[in-house]
Amino acid sequence: MRKITMNKLYKLQFEKVQDSYVLLFPEGMVNLNPSAAEILLQVDGQKSDQDIIQALRVKFPDAPDDLAEDVLDFLVHAQSKEWICSE
Amino acid sequence: MSEAIVTTSTNKPTSPTAGPPLWLLAELTYECPLHCPYCSNPVQMTARENECDTETWLNVLTQGREMGAVQLGFSGGEPLLRKDLEVLVKHASDLGFYTNLITSGIGLTEKRIKALKEAGLDHIQLSFQAANADANDLIGNKRHSFSQKLHIAKLIKQYDYPMVLNFCLTAQNIDAIDEVLELSQALKGDFVELATVQYYGWAHLNRDHLLPSKDQLERAESKVNVWREQHNSAGPKFIFVTPDYYETRPKACMNGWGSTFLTVTPDGSALPCHSAKILPLTFPNVKEKSLQEIWHDDFSFNKFRGLDWLPKPCQDCDEKEKDFGGCRCQAYMLTGDMHNTDPVCDKSPHHHLLADIINDKNPSKQPLFYRDPKTEIPIAVLDSITTTIQPDKINE
Repeated sequence: MRKITMNKLYKLQFEKVQDSYVLLFPEGMVNLNPSAAEILLQVDGQKSDQDIIQALRVKFPDAPDDLAEDVLDFLVHAQSKEWICSE
Repeated sequence: MSEAIVTTSTNKPTSPTAGPPLWLLAELTYECPLHCPYCSNPVQMTARENECDTETWLNVLTQGREMGAVQLGFSGGEPLLRKDLEVLVKHASDLGFYTNLITSGIGLTEKRIKALKEAGLDHIQLSFQAANADANDLIGNKRHSFSQKLHIAKLIKQYDYPMVLNFCLTAQNIDAIDEVLELSQALKGDFVELATVQYYGWAHLNRDHLLPSKDQLERAESKVNVWREQHNSAGPKFIFVTPDYYETRPKACMNGWGSTFLTVTPDGSALPCHSAKILPLTFPNVKEKSLQEIWHDDFSFNKFRGLDWLPKPCQDCDEKEKDFGGCRCQAYMLTGDMHNTDPVCDKSPHHHLLADIINDKNPSKQPLFYRDPKTEIPIAVLDSITTTIQPDKINE
């Protein structure tokens, strides 16, 4: 399984005033909604996409069945934006 | 979890209730070792003895961060001329800012790059005046500055900073866009701003010399597009910024007045954008008022905040939430009244003024000037260098 890492150009951080996580990069910012943030918080360079889904299932036992599909969709999106890379 | 997962920041001001100043620009000094004729600094610059001291800056950063500012630019002039830069970066980084150093690279050394890294600096934006030594050094009015920039670019990568390269494009250097693309690739820039100059400050003074023709712009942009296709999004990401004089809709200047951006100038003036000082408004000073009072309560910041102040034809326009009537400084410089619609918009009754400029109806009689010290630039030499010199070979 390919491990997923954050692109070094991006920094994930919680912003108290905005009450949300943001991705920071040179002179820019992306606001993340809570679910996007939860997924990116699992990206640690060690986990594969399946590991991330598993970790989220443990953390959110009441999540609906289509969680896996949503996570994979988001990871594709995040990769197309180059926020993450898989190796 | 099936809703749209990501939203990007829009932060539209629909009422004068302001969100946080997400972007704080700290212009530490107007002093600069380079004298580029397209500098956006004001033509009337304040003297160094009026610059804010370290304590004032530290206090501004603390206040800004408490209000929710997250992006912080250290700019100028040349911010490296401030000996307390490392102290300010360290404080900003401890507060949780994403810190950007916007620099010419002149005066940067390996020792300082290392110290700034240790202080927590997140990113360095390095400017070039052209992609070959002769043109670069002539435009910046400093010998050997090109070779110094090459050296600094390598160090920035070596110390693992994200690196943004910035090329200001004008009529003088835009035709050599190929060598700009090649140099950016060779230096491994992460992002590259190909910024055709916007006409504020010294650039406005020199506008008639600097403004590229529509042909020049189209040729350059198409070369960038060809490059992007050939390289299939590998290598640097090029961001091409066209001068809005050729547009028919204005830019959403500063994402709306007082919505996102707060600039503090070297003497402590707080502005909704870095060139607003030219406007006939009185702006507050961080030495006299808190950032909170300035952002939320000051007359100048509320003056053009939101949409209620908009003139006609903006008031009835269904695009008013996209561009907020455009740029106040441009309206003032071109029409003489800062309340007018930005004349870039073709719905503006003043739009013809831009056609006159583009078509060179009233060409400037004055020479091209360097930024302070105001001296003439030998245009004939500049033209011959920028059009005939071949790109330097950048060997890794």
